[in-house]
Amino acid sequence: MEYISLFVKSIFVDNMIFAYFLGMCSYLAVSKNVKTANGLGLAVIFVLLCTLPINWVLNTFVLQPGALKWLGPQFAEVDLSFLSFIVFIAVIAAFVQLVEMIVEKFLPSLYSSLGIYLPLIAVNCAILGGSLFMQQRDFTGIGEPLVYALGSGIGWYLAIVALAAIREKLGYSNVPKPLKGIGITFITVGLMGMAFMTFMGIQL
Amino acid sequence: MAQNLKETILNPILKGNPITVLVLGICSALAVTVQLKGALVMALSVIVVTGVSSLICSLLRNTIPNRVRIIVQLVVVAMMVILVDQILKAGEGTYAIDKQLSVYIGLIITNCIVMGRIEAFALGNKPIPSLLDGLANGVGYGLILVIVAFFRELLGSGTLFGLQVLPSGYIPNNLVILPPFALILLGCIIWVHRAIDKDLQEN
Repeated sequence: MEYISLFVKSIFVDNMIFAYFLGMCSYLAVSKNVKTANGLGLAVIFVLLCTLPINWVLNTFVLQPGALKWLGPQFAEVDLSFLSFIVFIAVIAAFVQLVEMIVEKFLPSLYSSLGIYLPLIAVNCAILGGSLFMQQRDFTGIGEPLVYALGSGIGWYLAIVALAAIREKLGYSNVPKPLKGIGITFITVGLMGMAFMTFMGIQL
Repeated sequence: MAQNLKETILNPILKGNPITVLVLGICSALAVTVQLKGALVMALSVIVVTGVSSLICSLLRNTIPNRVRIIVQLVVVAMMVILVDQILKAGEGTYAIDKQLSVYIGLIITNCIVMGRIEAFALGNKPIPSLLDGLANGVGYGLILVIVAFFRELLGSGTLFGLQVLPSGYIPNNLVILPPFALILLGCIIWVHRAIDKDLQEN
């Protein structure tokens, strides 16, 4: 039950895009048509799902204050949390590189459709943001970070596919000249964000 | 050379503004602009990080192998961000702001402006122009941040820097504090910017 609540919350209420603006750069750059948006969205779900639990394990057993207790009592006071940024980003960058190589080797068709977007994910704020939120929330057990990663990934996926669909239709409308392109996109995302705010306060 | 340097400094602030023209680094631009104070601290942090990491990467540009450059850049940037974060945590007045900015200080690492400037400028230019380019891009980013925060704090709480500005009869508009309004406001800033500078309009 807790898991379902966390899952729904991370998709709709704490949506990565509409509530925290994470991953906005690639969100705006790659949402020109539904097909590529679909590919990037799936890649983000996958990378989040893999890196967040790894970072959770590192955070719990290495970085947190007192996390090194399992090495011996003399390590109980060690606090490595100031290293967390660099550890998290290293895990993410290394993982993205690894995934890229594996996909290139074994699934060439997927690689050619995702190709350019994979390396981009290393610097997608949604991925690092997910890990940093995980650190703030003190999840217990490996289940919660997994569910949280899946939920926020799906939330990001929904947001980018929805925006891409709207932008495809927006091409036919008569927008004032200075507002064309990125300006109207910002306002569209703002309106979508307002719609998503109706999910606020949902309790399961 | 002097003309060139002037161009390097002025271009990112107006014609090639990282937020309104290049659309980089939007994430933090929107999230930290509820209050002017937080926005100012964020802007200063980004200016320092972009400037110094551009300088370091430019100094290293001939020794970094091309294949692993992304990871080297990330390490340099992450190191700078850790320094900034620790300094903010240590300062008496800045600790509360660091708490309020929460994850967004850490997210400067993945702020596209920093990586973008290193990739596009610092790796191909001498250290001093790279430093200036990084600083100028930080300023261009900070400028938009402060403009957005000005309107959001003024309309959302009737205050500036926490001081009451609008008459006490003013009823704060709660919508302005919520995330979606930041997007709409930024859309309007882009609108004004492009109405003035017609070269930037898209077809």
